[in-house]
Amino acid sequence: MANDVVQGPDFPERDYARPEVNYLNWKQTVSSWLLSQDHKRIGIMYLVSISIFFVVGGLFAIMFRLELLTPEGDLLQADTYNKFFTLHGVVMIFFFLIPSIPAVLGNFLIPLMIGAKDVAFPKLNLASWYIFMVGGTIGVIIILVGGVDTGWTFYTPLSTSYSNTHVFLAAMLVFITGFSSILTGLNFLVTIHKMRAPGMTWFRLPLFIWAHYATSVIQVLGTPVVAITVFLVGVERIWGVGIFDPALGGDPVLFQHMFWFYSHPAVYIMILPGMGVISEVIACFSRNRVFGYEFVAFSSVAIAIIGFLVWGHHMYVSGQAMYSNLVFSLLTMLVAVPSAIKMFNWTSTLYRGNVVWETPMIYAIGFIGLFAIGGGTGLFLGATGMDVPLHDTYFVVSHFHYVMVGGMVMAYLAGIHFYWPKITGKMYSQPIAKLCAVLVFVGFNCTFFPQFLVGWLGMPRRYHSYHPDFQVLNVMSTLGASILGIGFVIPVFYLGWSLFYGKDAGSNPWGARGLEWEVCTSPPDPHNFHEIPVVTKEAYAYTGEETLSV
Amino acid sequence: MSSAEAKADRSPYLAHHFESIEQQEESCTLGMWLFLAQEVMFFGGLFMAYAVYRYMYPDAWLEGSGALSIKIGGINTVVLLVSSFSMAMGVYYCQIGNSKNLFRALLVTLFLGFVFVAIKLKFEYFPKFAEGLFPGDGWGPHGHYADLASFGDQGALQIFFFLYFVMTGMHAFHMLIGFVILVVLMVMTKQNKFGPQRFMPILFFGLYWHFVDIVWVFIFPMFYLVT
Repeated sequence: MANDVVQGPDFPERDYARPEVNYLNWKQTVSSWLLSQDHKRIGIMYLVSISIFFVVGGLFAIMFRLELLTPEGDLLQADTYNKFFTLHGVVMIFFFLIPSIPAVLGNFLIPLMIGAKDVAFPKLNLASWYIFMVGGTIGVIIILVGGVDTGWTFYTPLSTSYSNTHVFLAAMLVFITGFSSILTGLNFLVTIHKMRAPGMTWFRLPLFIWAHYATSVIQVLGTPVVAITVFLVGVERIWGVGIFDPALGGDPVLFQHMFWFYSHPAVYIMILPGMGVISEVIACFSRNRVFGYEFVAFSSVAIAIIGFLVWGHHMYVSGQAMYSNLVFSLLTMLVAVPSAIKMFNWTSTLYRGNVVWETPMIYAIGFIGLFAIGGGTGLFLGATGMDVPLHDTYFVVSHFHYVMVGGMVMAYLAGIHFYWPKITGKMYSQPIAKLCAVLVFVGFNCTFFPQFLVGWLGMPRRYHSYHPDFQVLNVMSTLGASILGIGFVIPVFYLGWSLFYGKDAGSNPWGARGLEWEVCTSPPDPHNFHEIPVVTKEAYAYTGEETLSV
Repeated sequence: MSSAEAKADRSPYLAHHFESIEQQEESCTLGMWLFLAQEVMFFGGLFMAYAVYRYMYPDAWLEGSGALSIKIGGINTVVLLVSSFSMAMGVYYCQIGNSKNLFRALLVTLFLGFVFVAIKLKFEYFPKFAEGLFPGDGWGPHGHYADLASFGDQGALQIFFFLYFVMTGMHAFHMLIGFVILVVLMVMTKQNKFGPQRFMPILFFGLYWHFVDIVWVFIFPMFYLVT
């Protein structure tokens, strides 16, 4: 496009005569993508990368679910099984769950929602993606050279002294990928503080932004701690000696404290942005302002703060003092309160709303149900007495999958389906997408509900073989996983199809409120806004009269 | 205002996505402080480990600290604090537009940084490597440190020196990163890139340098002044 006058590092001057120019089509060379400082393009780059990692992590899950069809270890050796569940965890956590909503939807939407032309540090944003990909490359190398078998938690002294797999590379992976997450969080915090459009006061911000603000605080303050912790594991691995080494009088439990100091707040890095998406979707498809906006906003901040104080509930059976257990247990009950506030407020938003059953809404309602189960069982596990028999059983596995897959992945899919017309300008097939949403919900429950039962009966996690009595429930779980897998694959096809054959979505197909829908075109202009908007309205100014054009 | 006028009005240092220089400067300042906050948490993990083991093994701490030279550590502390002063002077010269003195101040800072690392290697790390104070297979204090060999709990002593090497090493690594940035800033100073209109990069590097100094100010008493 020779007639584009370049103004910023890589942006065209807005061409009023050609309104069809958008961030996707203004320039289409490979370098215009790989060197793009446009938050929207970086968001798309993350979308492609994490989708690939999701497939990789999913393949490991398919393999060990097949192994668990029979009680004997016949498909995978014990060693291979250990590597597969470890790699499933590492890939899904560090390369899918943590970056999914913040790096894809957060990157794309935060500047649009607050009325900014970009995030505060566009180059840093691009650097985050490259650091992420360096971490991803190390992940691929680990898989190719033979894997790692310590579980994603890298507990010492297994990781430092006994494992014969590539723990050092895995430590490097966590260290490097962590900095990608830190820099993204830093960028978002500054963007939200300093880049808001005139009139966009804190209490006019969409709740998606509040959720990302809280997430970013955890990313900036929590992630460095796990970075230094895995650094120490790596050093100990190389020197053969270190502070977690019991042979010297070192304390392996200290590793657990330092690890969970990040890794418990990290589950809020994973779930909070999902809660942000749910607030947007529920408000839009209830045609109602989110009930108790301020409470939902502050509950995000409260989760970020209290979330830093509950890490010890992972360690009730580690030999931690009884009084510590009591305090951590009480704090764990406390962190459930803000989550519950959100749940009650979302359901209250539906009340007297004008509920519209479009695809994102089906995912969002699914989220509410599944997160209620995931969060509720979290309270079982947070209670000291209850945790002791349930610790390291499939009950725990099921609990966190209800939160992470039933919660986070459902919220991610809700967000992708909600913002797809904004991101691509195209609308996908609603009937197929709705059917698929139901399939995911059913498949998910078939997979993980049996795991609650089998865990309750005492089946321990992380073994490749099990007592024959548990087989029926395991077969159910594997069947459910097959349905779930199909449910995750179908969207690739209909969303891909929509890119080429979908009808134009228009700038606001859902009749939603917010700058990203009401001011931006679909797909947005490279500049987002040719004139910075002045905000005069509350968030979610729905009247119930909005029309849907899908 | 037409868009051409608006563009002519914009400072060349104002990035395309900011509306005003103030917004840009405030954003960068907040970003820098957030970066330092994550640095605090990063070192915080090490300080946490230090606290736990010092509480567990007070005797090994006394013994290990006795083997460190307060004189060398003290000299290095002074060297670093003076480099912080020269860095602060650099920021001042940049703000009043004296590029020549800015360059000199950066050079002095770099030189003092080198002196610190050189003293650290020559008088602290190398003798310890040579005389068996490096934890792991080569552990076995001898020579100047022969006294340590008779201490009962060699494991705890190794933990002390492991923390000593990791914490001072991580500090020194931050200084090495600082050297690279200093060289880049000096080249840019020679090219007249800085002045009263554009002093944020110098100011931010100053913050980083002071942060690294403050980490040392904590490390020094924690390791050298236990006895």
